[in-house]
Amino acid sequence: MQSVVKDRPMLSDHQLALKAVALRRRMLRLIHDAGAGHTGGGLSCLDILNVLYHRVLRVTPGTVDSPTRDRYVQSKGHCVEALYAVLSARGYFPEADLATVCRYQSPYVGHPTRKIRGVEMNTGALGHGLPICLGMALASKMDGDAFRVFTLLGDGELAEGSNWEAAMAAAHYNLDNLVAILDHNTLQITGHTRDVMSNEPLDAKWRAFGWEVRIVDGHDYAALTAALTAPHPGKPLFVIANTVKGKGVSFMENVGKWHHGVPSDAELAQALAELDAAEVKVERVALNALSSGAIQASALGSTRSTSKS
Amino acid sequence: MFTPAAKAMAEKLGLKKGRANLEEFADTLQALATADRNLVAVTSDSRGSGKLAPYGKALPQQIVEVGIAEQNLVGITAGLAACGKRAFGVSPSCFLTARSLEQIKNDICYSNVPAVLVGISSGVSYGALGSTHHSLHDLAALRAIHNVTIVVPADNFETREAIRFAASATRPVFVRFGKAAMHHLHSADSKFEAGKALVLREGRDVAFIANGETVVHALLAAGALAEQGISARVLSLHTVKPLDTAAVLAAGRECRAVITVEEHSVHGGVGEAVAATLLQARAGVPFKIVGFPDEDTVTGAQADIFRHYGISMEGLAATARSLL
Ligand SMILES: Cc1ncc(C[n+]2csc(CCOP(=O)(O)OP(=O)(O)O)c2C)c(N)n1
Ligand SMILES: [Mg+2]
Repeated sequence: MQSVVKDRPMLSDHQLALKAVALRRRMLRLIHDAGAGHTGGGLSCLDILNVLYHRVLRVTPGTVDSPTRDRYVQSKGHCVEALYAVLSARGYFPEADLATVCRYQSPYVGHPTRKIRGVEMNTGALGHGLPICLGMALASKMDGDAFRVFTLLGDGELAEGSNWEAAMAAAHYNLDNLVAILDHNTLQITGHTRDVMSNEPLDAKWRAFGWEVRIVDGHDYAALTAALTAPHPGKPLFVIANTVKGKGVSFMENVGKWHHGVPSDAELAQALAELDAAEVKVERVALNALSSGAIQASALGSTRSTSKS
Repeated sequence: MFTPAAKAMAEKLGLKKGRANLEEFADTLQALATADRNLVAVTSDSRGSGKLAPYGKALPQQIVEVGIAEQNLVGITAGLAACGKRAFGVSPSCFLTARSLEQIKNDICYSNVPAVLVGISSGVSYGALGSTHHSLHDLAALRAIHNVTIVVPADNFETREAIRFAASATRPVFVRFGKAAMHHLHSADSKFEAGKALVLREGRDVAFIANGETVVHALLAAGALAEQGISARVLSLHTVKPLDTAAVLAAGRECRAVITVEEHSVHGGVGEAVAATLLQARAGVPFKIVGFPDEDTVTGAQADIFRHYGISMEGLAATARSLL
């Protein structure tokens, strides 16, 4: 029952790329100002969230209370700052609210809670999202395939046994309305997942558990969109999104300490400068494609003015 | 952490700042492991949070990493202990005691293996991260399980001694502490014994029975009350189980009021243990449990949360005055 959202025009890859720059800016500023947060894993999953919220999930701020909305549960709840950035950019709550993250009496705590509009479940203890999503997917089936259910897992998180209990049950119940996306950045707190608790070969494991498995570049919008929207009848879908922890900021990429490193003023400035350069590059690539006739002008859209957030 | 007035009182009482109990724990464990090759630490992607990275570097043969799998961690710790290893399972208290409760109950306590579980960053040490990361249930959950000694050290000295005690215990032990820097509360000649509360200050009007990171606030409150002519006793009830009933009853019988203070839910923690002890011995007195009420815990840093719930010099002194 997978298909792309029909209730709004689909953003082009170029528009998504501009949004991604803006979201990274927003997320890094938020972590810097809050003085806490999960930087590396937020940057690694941001393109996935960007695609989910702009192209895949059938939910908007206007339909967030509808019983038939698609559900997204962020199992790797520690990367709430990426989620806050995307939800605020999509209009679920004002960006100004983000100034209160982690402050006294603020509802915006350092992990997702349902007090925040757009957040479906309280997460933060790893290994809870997938079982919850099974329950949601079963409820959807009971109501005649009313909606689809998505979760985002960390690769370190897969060591929790609850994931494998859920993996077994999801295939048992043929939950083809369920999609689990793995943020496969190969790092966790202590270091490389292969050194901490090796979990490969993941594709073979999930296939053996009865899932449809797709492997994509987790920073490629077209590939993510295709993987997340093509149907997978009779089976739950496991998307292994190969990502880079710290993606988009050179000195954070693949560096373990940025798991929950908080950028200093100078580091933030450097990161923002890199993002400015990335934005210019996105524009240049698109203009070249346009002048060579590779894309149409309509593919560029008009997100430039809103991308600076 | 302290208000300016509390800071001034700490100075007046001569309290010197130490380091985090977490750091004291890590160094103590490494020293013990260096001396005893039979000692093994078990971590769940938690060696950084547990300050055990240097331990892991120095003694790679004496650390078992299980990945983010706290149930597995407790089971493995139990198995190591059952085969004669001096096994310490180390993980944030929130996950360790909630997710792995059945492993604690059956594999360690019921099977009676001398494993040690160390709940790091307990209570609301991870204040702003929200309730998934708080452990305000752990003492209640473990108190209701037979066969485990529960220790909540207040300062570096108590932490060091608790870990040394645990390393030679013949039955299950659970130790939990936070990650904020603590003041030194004890004189050089203090003696630590599991199951025996430490008297930090004598007094006859009111007794504060506290543990863990709250003790220093009770001590400051006692200082503030003294300036108003009220004499307050302060006990560090570091061992929650078995309870030092003699010290509790002495407080109830010799003081006009008793106040318990803990970084835990008011349900099932030190307060209720003390209340049950006093009432069942017909030693009822004006009494107040200061802890976390049964509500969605307020958000913020640990210091904000403490202040919000009256775990502060000012808050505790006011509570004492209201009882007298
Ligand atoms: C049950 C549980 N155990 C431990 C933690 C602490 N923790 C938070 S993030 C993290 C590492 C996660 O690694 P991974 O799943 O690979 O996430 P990512 O790399 O995407 O940030 C750990 C151990 C937790 N939140 N929940
Ligand atoms: Mg990872």
